[in-house]
Amino acid sequence: MSITSAFRICPTTGLKVDRAAENLIKVNAVAAVVFLLIGGLFGLSIALSRWPAVHLLPAEWFYLALTAHGFDVLLAWIIFFEMAVLYFASAVLLNCRLAAPRWAWAQFGLMLAGALMANVAVLQGNSSVMFTSYPPLQASPWFYLGLILFAVGALIGCAVFFGTLVVAKDEKTYEGSVPLVTFGAVTAAIIAVFTLASGAIILIPTYLWSIGLISSVDPLMYKLVWWGMGHSSQQINVSAHVAVWYAIGAIVLGAKPISEKVSRMAFLMYILFLQLASAHHLLVEPGVSSSWKIFNTSYAMYLAVLGSMIHGLTVPGAIEAAQRAKGFNKGMFEWLRKAPWGNPAFAGMFMSLVMFGFLGGISGVVMGTEQINLIMHNTLYVPGHFHATVVAGTTLAFMAITYLVVPLIFRREIAFPKVAQLQPYVFAIGIAGISLFMMGAGTLGGPRRHWDITFADALTSFQFSPAAFLMLALNGIFACMAALGGAMYIFVVVWSVFFGRRIGDTEKLQLGPATGSQAAAAVASYGNEGTLKIPGTVTLVGVFFVSFVLYYYVNWKYLAELWPLK
Amino acid sequence: MAGSDPWRQETPPERERIPFFQRLLDNHFLLLFLGVTMPTVIYLIWGIMEIIQIPIATP
Repeated sequence: MSITSAFRICPTTGLKVDRAAENLIKVNAVAAVVFLLIGGLFGLSIALSRWPAVHLLPAEWFYLALTAHGFDVLLAWIIFFEMAVLYFASAVLLNCRLAAPRWAWAQFGLMLAGALMANVAVLQGNSSVMFTSYPPLQASPWFYLGLILFAVGALIGCAVFFGTLVVAKDEKTYEGSVPLVTFGAVTAAIIAVFTLASGAIILIPTYLWSIGLISSVDPLMYKLVWWGMGHSSQQINVSAHVAVWYAIGAIVLGAKPISEKVSRMAFLMYILFLQLASAHHLLVEPGVSSSWKIFNTSYAMYLAVLGSMIHGLTVPGAIEAAQRAKGFNKGMFEWLRKAPWGNPAFAGMFMSLVMFGFLGGISGVVMGTEQINLIMHNTLYVPGHFHATVVAGTTLAFMAITYLVVPLIFRREIAFPKVAQLQPYVFAIGIAGISLFMMGAGTLGGPRRHWDITFADALTSFQFSPAAFLMLALNGIFACMAALGGAMYIFVVVWSVFFGRRIGDTEKLQLGPATGSQAAAAVASYGNEGTLKIPGTVTLVGVFFVSFVLYYYVNWKYLAELWPLK
Repeated sequence: MAGSDPWRQETPPERERIPFFQRLLDNHFLLLFLGVTMPTVIYLIWGIMEIIQIPIATP
C-alpha cells in the first residue's frame, strides 16, 4: 500500500493519521458505545429495583441484571474504549503507522466474540454469578470462556500498542520523550497487562472447574487473584481517563502540562503502586495477614493516591495557566468562569475531574484504610464509591472526548449541538446523586448485592434506618437522570456518526478556543507551560484537602462510636 | 578558520546528559517490567504464600 493511501493528514491538527489505526479506533469506539447502551439499561433496572416503592425486577432478574451490568459497563464499554484510546495515543499522536493491524483486528474480534458470549450466557439465566463470580457460585462455561477470550483480545491490543511505540521510535517519528498523553496511555497499558494476566490466571482454572475437569476452586485464592483483575481493571480506567483529561485540556484550550516531569512522576506512582489497591476488597478476610493488608492498602496505595493528587493539581493548573496566558487574569477565578463551559468536551472533562477527586478519591482512601473500612465493607458504600470513580470519573471523561473523536476521527459534525451541550451536565448531576445516595445508604449499613434489604422473608429480621430507604429512592431518581444523560449521549453520538454532516477532507475545525496547530503542539509533543502562577488551582486544592481531612476524621469518629475504646 | 592551529583536534560536541529519571521514564519496557513485577510480588505472591500456609481443616 502506498504512503498516500495508508495515511491522511488531519486538516485541523496537521497530524498524520494512519488509516488502519483510524478504522480500529472507530470500530472499538462503536462497540464501546453499544455495550454502554446495553449495560446502562441493566443499570437503570437495578436502580429501579433498589428503589423500594418501585422494586422493578424479580429476584432472579435482579441478579442476572447485576451480572450483565457489571460486565457490560465495567469491562466491555470501558476496555473497548480504552483500546481506541491506545491506538489514538500511539499511532495518531506519534505520527506513525500502527504495528500489526491484523493483530489489532484479532484483538477486536476476540473481545467482541468474548463479550457477546458472556452476554448470551448471562441472558440464558444460568450465569447470574454477578460481576465478581465468586466460587462456589458457578456460571455456565460459556461465561468464563467469554471472559477469557475478552481478556486475551485486550492483551493483544496492549501488545499492538507497545509494538507501535517501537515502530515510532524506530522510524523516528518523534524526538525525545513521547507526549504526556501517550505516556498516560503507556501507564494504562502496563496496568492492563497485569490486570488481564491476573484474569487469565484465575479464569482458566475456573473454566476448567465449570466443565468438570477440576474438582474445586479455593474461594479465597480466587478472590485474591480475581481482584488482581477486578480492581486493577478500574486502575486502567484511572490512567486512561487522566490521559484523556490532559488530552482535552490540550486540544480544547492548548493547555500544556505545568511540569512534564511532575506529571510523569505521578504516572510512575500509578505504574508502581496503583494495582495494589485491589487488596481493599480483602480487608475483612481472615486468611491474609494485617501486614499484607496494611502494606498493600495503607502504605503502598497512598503513593498511588499521591499520584492522583498530583494530577488533581496539574490538570486544572495547566488549564488555569493556559487561560491566564489568554488574558483571563482578573481575580482568582476569571480563568474558570470564562472557561468554555458550553463545550461538552471541556465541561464533561472538568466535572469528571472534580467528581473523581471529591467523591471517588476521598471515599477510596477511606475504604482503603483497614480500620474504617469495617464501617462500610460490602455495603452500598462500595458501589457508591466506584460509581464516582468509574462513571463520574472515567465514563464522563470518555463521553467528553467522544465530542472530539467524532469530528476528528469519524469526520462528522456533532449533531444537535444544544443537546450535546446539556448532556454532560444532566449525566454528571445524575451520577453525583447515585454516588452520594448509595454511599449514604451504605454508611447506614445498607448491604450491596441484595435484592431486598428489608429482609422480608429472612428468619431473623433487621430494620435499617428509614433514611437508608429514602436514600435508595433518591438513588433511583438520580439514576433516571443519569440514564437520561446517557441516552442523550448515545442519541447525539449515533446520529452524528451515521447521519451527521460529513466534514470535508480539507475543512479545518475549531474545537475550542485553541487553534488546530496550538492543539496539536500541546497534545502531540513534549513541553511545559512553564509557570507556577496558578492561585485559583491552589485554592481549589486547599478546599479539597480540607474536605479530605474532615471526611477522613468523621469516619474515625463513626468507628469510635460503633466500637468504643475506653 | 584563519589563525587556528591546524594540528589541534576538533573536540566532539558534548552530548547532553539525559537525567536518570528521564531515561527510566523513556524506557517503556523497563516500566512494563516494573509495573507487572511490583503487584505480582507484593500483592499476588505474598498473598498466595499466606493463603497456602493456612492449615487445611480436618473433619
